[in-house]
Amino acid sequence: MSEETSWLLGRLDASALPFWDALQHPTTPNVVNAVIASGAGAMVLLGALAAVVFLTWTKRWRWLWREWLTSPDHKKIGIMFIMIALVMLARAVIEAVFMRLQQAVGLDGGFLTAEHFGQLFTTHGTIMVFFMAMPFLTGIINYVMPLQIGARDLSFPVMNSISLGLTAAGAAIVMVSLILAPFSTGGWSGYPSFTESATNPGAGVDYWIWAVTLSTLSSTLTGINFAVTIYKRRAPGMQWFRLPLFTWTALCTSILMIFGMPPLTVATALLALDRYLDFHFFTVDLGGNMMNYINLFWAFGHPEVYILILPAFGIFSEVFSTFSGKKLYGYGALVIATMAIAVLSFTVWLHHFFTMGQSAHVNAIFGIATMLIGIPTGVKIYDWMLTMFRGRIRFSVPMIYAVGFILLFVLGGLTGIILAVPSVDYQIHNTLFLVAHFHNMLIPGLLFGMLAGTNLWFPKAFGFRLEERWGRRAAIGWIVGFMLAFFPLYALGILGMPRRSAAFFEPAYLPWTMAAMVGAVVILFAMLFLLIQLWVSVRDRHANRVPGGDPWDGRSLEWSIASPPPAYNFPVIPEVHSRDAYMRQKETGGGAHPRPDAYGDIEMPASSAMGPIIGIAGFLMAFGLTWYQWWLVVAAGAVSLVALIARGFVRNATRVIPAAEVRREHEAWIATLDSLTPITRADEQTRANRGLPASPIEGAVQ
Amino acid sequence: MSTSSLHSTASVGVRAFGLLAVFALAGCSDAHLTFLDPQGPVAAAQRHQFWLVIAVTSTVVLPVLVLTPWILVRYRYGRQAAYRPQWGFSKLADLVIWGVPVLVVIVLAITAWRSTLALDPYKPLTSDTPPLEVQVIGFDWKWLFVYPEQGIASVNRLVIPAGRPVSFELTSASVMQGFFIPALGSQIDVMNRMTTKLHLQADETGTFIGKNMQYNGTGFHQQRFVTQAVAPAAFQRFVDRTRQDGVPLDADAYRALDERGTAARLRQRLAPETAVAERGEIATLAFSALPAGFFDAVVAHESPNWNARDGEDGPPETGTDQDEPTNRDERRHERRNTQAATTGSRQS
Repeated sequence: MSEETSWLLGRLDASALPFWDALQHPTTPNVVNAVIASGAGAMVLLGALAAVVFLTWTKRWRWLWREWLTSPDHKKIGIMFIMIALVMLARAVIEAVFMRLQQAVGLDGGFLTAEHFGQLFTTHGTIMVFFMAMPFLTGIINYVMPLQIGARDLSFPVMNSISLGLTAAGAAIVMVSLILAPFSTGGWSGYPSFTESATNPGAGVDYWIWAVTLSTLSSTLTGINFAVTIYKRRAPGMQWFRLPLFTWTALCTSILMIFGMPPLTVATALLALDRYLDFHFFTVDLGGNMMNYINLFWAFGHPEVYILILPAFGIFSEVFSTFSGKKLYGYGALVIATMAIAVLSFTVWLHHFFTMGQSAHVNAIFGIATMLIGIPTGVKIYDWMLTMFRGRIRFSVPMIYAVGFILLFVLGGLTGIILAVPSVDYQIHNTLFLVAHFHNMLIPGLLFGMLAGTNLWFPKAFGFRLEERWGRRAAIGWIVGFMLAFFPLYALGILGMPRRSAAFFEPAYLPWTMAAMVGAVVILFAMLFLLIQLWVSVRDRHANRVPGGDPWDGRSLEWSIASPPPAYNFPVIPEVHSRDAYMRQKETGGGAHPRPDAYGDIEMPASSAMGPIIGIAGFLMAFGLTWYQWWLVVAAGAVSLVALIARGFVRNATRVIPAAEVRREHEAWIATLDSLTPITRADEQTRANRGLPASPIEGAVQ
Repeated sequence: MSTSSLHSTASVGVRAFGLLAVFALAGCSDAHLTFLDPQGPVAAAQRHQFWLVIAVTSTVVLPVLVLTPWILVRYRYGRQAAYRPQWGFSKLADLVIWGVPVLVVIVLAITAWRSTLALDPYKPLTSDTPPLEVQVIGFDWKWLFVYPEQGIASVNRLVIPAGRPVSFELTSASVMQGFFIPALGSQIDVMNRMTTKLHLQADETGTFIGKNMQYNGTGFHQQRFVTQAVAPAAFQRFVDRTRQDGVPLDADAYRALDERGTAARLRQRLAPETAVAERGEIATLAFSALPAGFFDAVVAHESPNWNARDGEDGPPETGTDQDEPTNRDERRHERRNTQAATTGSRQS
């Protein structure tokens, strides 16, 4: 830290601007890269500006603050998590297209500088894991899980809002790095000693450290919140083995978050101590050893894989069962398999570095442990197939994602087993084969799951169905684009192409990198179709409304209430008598929507500014730490501390919704229901679908 | 100067361009990019293992790929196939869907255990000839191959006798890197202050590409090297010529090596009279007059003794007792696992 710093700006100066280097050294590659980088920065600025103008023009600032930012409602927080995920998804997909483009013309060069390419793969990976996948699944669990267990909110609603604030702060840090560059080039895993200040003294690695730290703190809090909610807030009669499978996966994911996230928080904190205070945890000298980082990182990293994938498994379980009009096959086995995966996920981290020189016995044991995970995962696949077997399969959009998932995911499983055999891994470790494998798990596994979940629960959240035609195009675009983009990467990996290569010199790679680029473009179109789907859906929302609240003939409790649900979710907390609680209610007497005998006052959490305050303070502290603006760090820390203490003195943490209001709203909804015509599944995708299914058996039979 | 810059696979690879099947490519090109076109016993065993794992795992994967479309067609809404909405469990089905994967994993576990022990990169290869010792040092962004017995070193050019095992001892003078010759066998990580080991062998003469697999900065993709497996006589000629024409490896040369930069830049600096390698070519450089204990000094962050020379005359090639390991081998053998060298030594 010998460089000149000012007290106000720290080490931030004009050289952080993305076009500064090109002004100093206007060579062709520098100018090309500066144009791309500045364009990205300008898009962030213009996007933010457009949002500000829109909010001011439509006078919605107060609405935004009161109805959304300070709301403790798990449904609104869930939607905001998903919005962060979608914005970040768009950026990371565009980055992926640039990387594919670079490698498509990358024989002997390409148009991106190696430094720029390094930042692209680092931000792409960091965003996709921490700011796309995590917020997406957190958002969906946030929205759906309390509805499925018959709860009114999470156990700690304000903490939920703080989790959102921290994730938003981390995402904002990554976004700001486009305007005040650079970001790290150390990859999403940030291995030292490359990321130590001896090799990388700049602000890039610090941006990465603080963005990831904010995200892991957020996820730890989220995990605690979800787990406690599932333990404590289940409706009467909702015994463990009556939980919908999605809630089971949410529970397993939360437990993994609680135990899996802190190792990374610790690892990045120790790396920060190395970089800021000359500690030597992971340096090459004075007793440091980067192997410790690598072990800590994957003690997080492997459970993380299952944090990402288990909720998607839960969504697919709901999708297969709902759209086959059939009970889930092997519920017990699926629960056991999910738990087994959660436990085993902590025992396999070493397979991320078979090549680091440990003994063959250790490698073999971890390889076999890895294969063991294949057993419960394989069982799940067959359980889903047996769920469809002797069902009535409807190809709605979520089902297309689910079918794409099942067919592609087994191929990813196959390549996973190949990687798990240490003797073979020695040939394909750190090649594009590995990159293809984990994208094969995470795109069909996680992303298809999240998109299926979005299509499944969107009508619940907003009261109208998403448009089917564009939804189907987007789903098929993703499936085809994925295959085109990543199957060639398997071939390139077998041909020995290292991951993270800015360029290559083997002409034999060229056809494959070109094919992969075509796939990336198809995925870009799939993204565009998603956008069109959303636009068309909003435009035609009146025609596609589902006031009945149950457009898919659903099985769990979230379908038993209005769409969108009232703030308190359930006018009266339901009593649960079996698995597939709502389906049973529809099948047996008593009716789908019985009138409660009596209504009571409902106590809900009051709004709180804690989330935005901690989020903004977290962002400013991370920014100050990155650029050595110590006054900002101290000020932001003080604000957080004062806010936390002040929160302890808040007396009115709840608000009461009177019974009369609950009665009025619920009676109004029941009156609406009476005006609807029940439909059979044949009309599911038509405008006749108002969210009221005909009674189950006759509804599913044609 | 023996600073021959070798054309990489560029010229031969051109013929492969356009071949769309990876396996066809592996079979008919002499680019030797992949272990599916193995040039040594380790890579050949890995290819065998690769196909075996695919075959065994397919017993679980193929039914999914076949049965899923069948189920989707047969039971789609609108068909009059059987409908059992309340059916959710079958003992027989559960026995099969748990039993078969368990059996498959047992088979895979046994083969994985055996092959992992057999192909342990630390395990010396069985051969009638004693292994050639090569020490590898990863710099940013070039590889230095040290031949301690011959007293020479070479940047980005690894020359080995065909048919004779090579025993590598590896370290990094910089951040972590990955040493990999796909056509010959396993990759292994190289790390600062630590050593790893690797045993490979080329069956026939030939030229193979080698790479760094672990990202280490902007020159990462240029950190490639060429491996030449040659006849024993040609190997001796390489050693003799390098001793004669190589740049002496002295303190100045080491400083240049240790600087971040590509091999092309290094050659421009140390041997400016030779042409700078073009894009896609691998720049190489030969060093003579290797200081004694050079590799160990680099591992321990100590300054090599620039005045003591190693192996000026070279050990008698035939004099090594083949059955009993030398003291040096024994000492090495004890350092079985990756380990940090003495941490108290001063930093260079």
